[in-house]
Amino acid sequence: MAYGPHTNEDRARMLAAIGVESVDELFADIPPSLRASKLELPSPESEAELTVRLRDLASRNRVDLASFLGAGAYRHFTPAVVDQLLLRGEFYTAYTPYQPEISQGTLQTIYEYQSLMAELTGLDVVSASHYDGAAATAEAALMSCRATRRERVLVGRGVHPHYRETLRTYFGGASLVADEIPLVSEGPTAGTTDLAALERMLAGADRPVAGVVVANPSFLGLLEPMAEMGRLAHAAGALFVAVVEPVSLAVLATPGEYGADIAAGEGQSLGLPLSYGGPYLGILACREALVRGIPGRLVGMTTDIDGRRAFVMTLRAREQDIRREKASSNICTNQALCALAAAMYLGAMGPHGLRDVAALGAARAGELESALAAAGAPRMHPGPYLNEFAVRVPAAPAVHARLIERGILAGLPLARVLPDDPSLADALLVCATEVTTPDEIAAFAGALGDELVGGTGHEGADREGVGRETAR
Amino acid sequence: MVPQDLRYTKEHEWVRLEGEIATIGITDYAAEQLGDIVFVELPEIGRTVSQFATIGVIESVKAVSDLFAPVGGEVVESNAELSGAPELLNSDPFGKGWMLRIEVADAGQLDGLLDAAAYEALTAEA
Repeated sequence: MAYGPHTNEDRARMLAAIGVESVDELFADIPPSLRASKLELPSPESEAELTVRLRDLASRNRVDLASFLGAGAYRHFTPAVVDQLLLRGEFYTAYTPYQPEISQGTLQTIYEYQSLMAELTGLDVVSASHYDGAAATAEAALMSCRATRRERVLVGRGVHPHYRETLRTYFGGASLVADEIPLVSEGPTAGTTDLAALERMLAGADRPVAGVVVANPSFLGLLEPMAEMGRLAHAAGALFVAVVEPVSLAVLATPGEYGADIAAGEGQSLGLPLSYGGPYLGILACREALVRGIPGRLVGMTTDIDGRRAFVMTLRAREQDIRREKASSNICTNQALCALAAAMYLGAMGPHGLRDVAALGAARAGELESALAAAGAPRMHPGPYLNEFAVRVPAAPAVHARLIERGILAGLPLARVLPDDPSLADALLVCATEVTTPDEIAAFAGALGDELVGGTGHEGADREGVGRETAR
Repeated sequence: MVPQDLRYTKEHEWVRLEGEIATIGITDYAAEQLGDIVFVELPEIGRTVSQFATIGVIESVKAVSDLFAPVGGEVVESNAELSGAPELLNSDPFGKGWMLRIEVADAGQLDGLLDAAAYEALTAEA
């Protein structure tokens, strides 16, 4: 197929074929006063000039910091093979290639991605992917409403605040209700979802619940009692939706194992760069019984008329072009290239490799916890975590800003994303992964210790003893 | 020739009334128009439906069609075999492909439906 631009001869032949003198004639119905005359754009630049300009812009990014930032997007090492294969023209520039006659290769890669996610989540059906973790979570909540024909969903406050906001946006248009489940405020389970509150919210036959949506690990990094929450949800006739982090699934119990009906998550950890927020990868999986309610594209495996294995987009009758207003899916695309990167990453790492990534991250996080506690910033919550946790730091936002000047990105000041929770005003959410080094941890702890010792007013005086110890 | 002892709707459902129980399905004409049927969604037992309300969905490889209640009443039985073998609607629409049974609220509603001759005339025109 030739992809060259039209020549003047091409245009002349097309105009002649339809009996029109010029292209302007085709726009005759638009009043001249409304036609665009020119676009206010700067004049074009050469490739060399443009490269310099973009490089200047890019240099404003801080890529020199030792980063302990997680909160939904994580630093991981991606083997070079992923980026190299991704650049192949057949993958990189193909757009929604779903016709089975000419797209068997791409359809197979999507099928492989779906299969890998099914293995990782322990569930039966996986969609071809969604925009990101927030969108997948919102879609999962909508699924629970469709499947149960109920209009109320309970969402744990341990779910990422951005995901909860996206879910509220989706629900607003559909007149559905999302009530938030509070977290336990103190004691051994502080910071995790309040089971007693969940049970109270599930009772009350006048407002039946369609789904219970909880994250594991939670936004605060804590492990949640998923099996117990699943039991409570099912006892009330609701579905259980687990929001998960894919690398953690190599070492934690999977949604399939703890009885989740639907799993949603962010696939950025699987071979996708941080890229200042995107493009990312929405993972959505469910039990077989819910297959007709799952949105998004589904690729299936079948045989052609000659009996050869073939891949094809399937269960299309769920989608909006066939079901129209009753569709379970208005998603006519996916994050194909990102899903492909995730599949390649998993293929390169293998199950043992992925387990190593998760375990090493957890080990580094343990070292981080000790170092920060010794520096005067103890963990806020007592419960178990995998590789992310909140630490108490007085005047956290100010300390965070000063640490950036010292070359440390000290995680996320929780006050920035959870301003309504006063107990988190003096908290940093920090994270370690397999790429975090002992040197980085030591630098963070050292800088933090200095800040807390020489910090504002009395906090400095209280911490002096600790500061002297770490300065040894 | 469609079974002469049944009543029919313009939406290609058939009804057989025995006492107060109406057995409902779709006609061979409908099944043929839809093509290979792959999935059937039927109403839950105990649900009260009104005449001509949408009570289910029939999904074929190429289209999705609503199922309408030819008569109103309470759903008392649905054909469990259809979940594993939806193709029964294609192979035996008047027999093994029966879809559900309704306890009829008002048997008079059947009088407003088409008889076999009227239904055949309808499909002959199409």
